[in-house]
Amino acid sequence: MSWETVIGLETHVQLSTKTKLFSRASTAFGASPNTNVNLIDCGLPGVLPSVNKEAFYKAIRFGMAVNATINQTSIFDRKNYFYADLPKGYQITQMDLPIVLGGSIEINLDGLTKTINITRAHLEEDAGKSIHDEFDGFSAIDLNRAGTPLLEIVSEPEISSAKEAVAYMKAMHQLVTFLDVSDGNMAQGSLRCDANVSIRKKGDQELGTRTEIKNINSFKFIEKAINFEIKRQIKILENGEKVTQETRLYDSSKDETRPMRSKEFANDYRYFPEPDLLPVVISDEEITKIRDEFPELPKEKEIRYQKQFGLSAYDAQIIASSKSMADFFEAALKKTKNYSLLSNWLIGEISAYLNKKQIEIHESKLSADNVAMLINRIDDQTISGKIGKSIFEEMCESGSSVDEIIESQGLKQISDDGAIEEIILTVINENPDQVAAYLAGKDKLFGFFVGQVMKLTEGKANPKTVNTILKNKLK
Amino acid sequence: MSIQFKTIVELRAMLDSKQISAAELMQESLGLAKKHEELNCFITMNEEQALKKASAINLDEKTTSNLLGIPLAQKDLFCTEGLRTTCSSKILSNFIPPYTATAVKNLEDAGSVTIGKTNMDEFAMGSSNETSFFGSVHNPWKKEYVPGGSSGGSAAAVAAGIVPAATGTDTGGSIRQPAAHCGITGLKPTYGRVSRWGMIAFASSLDQAGPLARTSEDCAILLNAMSGFDSKDTTSLNIEVPDFLENINKPINGIRIGIIKEFNLADLDSKVQERFEESKKTYEKLGARFVEVSLPNISASVPTYYSIAPAECSSNLSRFDGVRFGYRAENTDDLNDLYIKSRSEGFGDEVKRRILIGTYALSAGYYDAYYKKAQQVRRLIKEDFEHAFESVDLLMTPTSPNTAFKFGSKGTQNPVELYLEDLFTISSNLAGIPAISIPHGLVNSLPAGLQLIGNFLREDQLLNAAHIFQKNSDFHHLKPDLEESQ
Repeated sequence: MSWETVIGLETHVQLSTKTKLFSRASTAFGASPNTNVNLIDCGLPGVLPSVNKEAFYKAIRFGMAVNATINQTSIFDRKNYFYADLPKGYQITQMDLPIVLGGSIEINLDGLTKTINITRAHLEEDAGKSIHDEFDGFSAIDLNRAGTPLLEIVSEPEISSAKEAVAYMKAMHQLVTFLDVSDGNMAQGSLRCDANVSIRKKGDQELGTRTEIKNINSFKFIEKAINFEIKRQIKILENGEKVTQETRLYDSSKDETRPMRSKEFANDYRYFPEPDLLPVVISDEEITKIRDEFPELPKEKEIRYQKQFGLSAYDAQIIASSKSMADFFEAALKKTKNYSLLSNWLIGEISAYLNKKQIEIHESKLSADNVAMLINRIDDQTISGKIGKSIFEEMCESGSSVDEIIESQGLKQISDDGAIEEIILTVINENPDQVAAYLAGKDKLFGFFVGQVMKLTEGKANPKTVNTILKNKLK
Repeated sequence: MSIQFKTIVELRAMLDSKQISAAELMQESLGLAKKHEELNCFITMNEEQALKKASAINLDEKTTSNLLGIPLAQKDLFCTEGLRTTCSSKILSNFIPPYTATAVKNLEDAGSVTIGKTNMDEFAMGSSNETSFFGSVHNPWKKEYVPGGSSGGSAAAVAAGIVPAATGTDTGGSIRQPAAHCGITGLKPTYGRVSRWGMIAFASSLDQAGPLARTSEDCAILLNAMSGFDSKDTTSLNIEVPDFLENINKPINGIRIGIIKEFNLADLDSKVQERFEESKKTYEKLGARFVEVSLPNISASVPTYYSIAPAECSSNLSRFDGVRFGYRAENTDDLNDLYIKSRSEGFGDEVKRRILIGTYALSAGYYDAYYKKAQQVRRLIKEDFEHAFESVDLLMTPTSPNTAFKFGSKGTQNPVELYLEDLFTISSNLAGIPAISIPHGLVNSLPAGLQLIGNFLREDQLLNAAHIFQKNSDFHHLKPDLEESQ
């Protein structure tokens, strides 16, 4: 039998606001436990939330980017459930009137483009973190994350494979980072998703029973978790059994999904409008301001890079596809004029290094200034391209500047004609047989002489100068 | 010279003329609290801090604040930094807040001194003060009678003359009904007039802080200090606060007062009716015109309130889980067991009842029939008031269908009996409009209250009408015989 997969994704995007959604506590990642917490975040008696408008502006920017309807009046609701890391016993979220309604996003897979419609996107606060295994007999609660603003983006069930789901999440990552809505750091949980997966017979109109895989936080795991779930469900259906509607967790160490405890999804959340907050009204002026300050998106950057800096379509597309790469490129441009050499390096040497390390450029020790200076030193022939590569390696390790490395390792290129001529004469004098052979017509030996000069100069001789002088001397 | 039963205005004069120092006044007030301990008005005293603060007050300093050096009592659901705040509940019996409620802070910033925290119905849920974990408050007029609730401790402390005024909160009548039962004046302001920051929530969309005092003039003094926009409470109103004393003496000639047709006063106790008719006559003599107005949906107030208030309370009280503060049960097996035991042992019966009602009203499948329907009816009630205020300036009702009742006589078998105590007061909370209760005589030696309801933000009109009434009557001068009542 032929089966068809139907996937809908709920993406949680942690918004990169400085403070929390309903309090002025910091949202900085990595602070020691329970330090980014104020009276509101720990739900003390008598405290009240007040809205951080910045979160709304970011949500609206996202809505505009996906051509959604922006609800200029939106309301918050309470979702009631008990958990130790949920201080108030309810989460403030948006139910009936979310800030963003509708819209769509384009995904690219194997050279094809597909449009996935978005149902809605709403603002809500994150919960704290429970730590169960660090303290014997106790669970620990860290409320630093409690109250962090999230934008939950719900897609229509229009994704039909694990690969498409990954492409959707990649498109989402690109969008939220370019919009400066989120830092998109998946390892820190800034971008994560719940996947609703169901299977039906090919051609069926009705959806099959779905399961929800919670909290997947890497592209790799999204693909693996969904693929596991598809296989599991098909096996159930082929055995003539029924899929149970339930919430499941993906265990990456075993590469499988498992049902979560039944207690957790038997909740009746008793949603009702949050009485501590008035409806949030966004004015036309605010909307105009957000529109006026709209950041440049990848497509626009791609075109601009070609026009303004003469990059090839291919280079422009690669550099513009990642926010951190594009930011790096634009910062480096302020310090160097050799745009094509810069883009060559970004796409070649630098990308290769980042891929090997599996990091983004802003996570490396490379600074835009240092890379720009490296390009300049190659451009002004202080160093050769080859020496440039070894300097680059050193730069990745130490984060030092080009000039520091050139200085400390004496790598400065020898472009002085007199100095090079002297070395060439030495080489000629020491290799009379080869000189004779060359003069007798063995042209290939020219490379041998160049090699000898480079050996004596430890690669620092300017190759152009070497060529010119050598040709003269060997006439 | 005793300071007992003195008003703020009188104490101000005594302080300003150096008949008494702020420290002596504080000693006296604390002494009275101790002397009348048997009334059980207070849960926690603030003796040391109060004396310290009072001693530091320099009365020669030029000040415009008439609250400088005045002792006040705060209902024990206002958070007070460093001073235990219990909400009369076992679950908060050990809770010492790290911050102070805006309403209290505003009063203290105006120079007043908090002498202690007053007893109340647990989490403000009750109309008799019988649900307090710390025991009932006794009505100063008759010790075996309830003081009303939920702000019973505040009302009794003022009625007994221990403090000239106190704070209260009013979700369905919790300032006005105990004020009526104790023979004092109590004002529930417009929703949003006073910040709710630091007020431990019962029902967020209905809760409002306000003053209890011996006179409407003193209520105006407190309201002046308590009111104002607070960025920490986004439901507080971002508008300028008028001086509520400014027009308090204005003649009320020509004022139009509405009598609500749907409240069938003929069903009430004949003596309560009699008081009401007398007060009507007083107002007529003062130049008021009475008009009958219809509020067709007002009879739905009690069921509407008892759907919305418990629903909000069921959610508001979820944070009392034994995890971060307050009472935590011992010997628990796991997280669920911790919740169940802490909450079962920490909350009293009435609180549990309302959490259950509210949880039910919000449940899937019942939400539309109860909570949503109640919100729709609430909107209709609000519109009824808006309509009524097109033709009248104020509305007048008895504050309560009865005077104070004996302990254990109401609601023990049937809670609804007690819920009907709030019949006349609840609708102004649903509509978010201000209302005041003033004493208008005794019925069987117990005080009866007269309620005036005002239009949105028109506390000035309420205070004016109440003050003129008090200038032309002596009911607010009646004092309980505290020796006798023992």
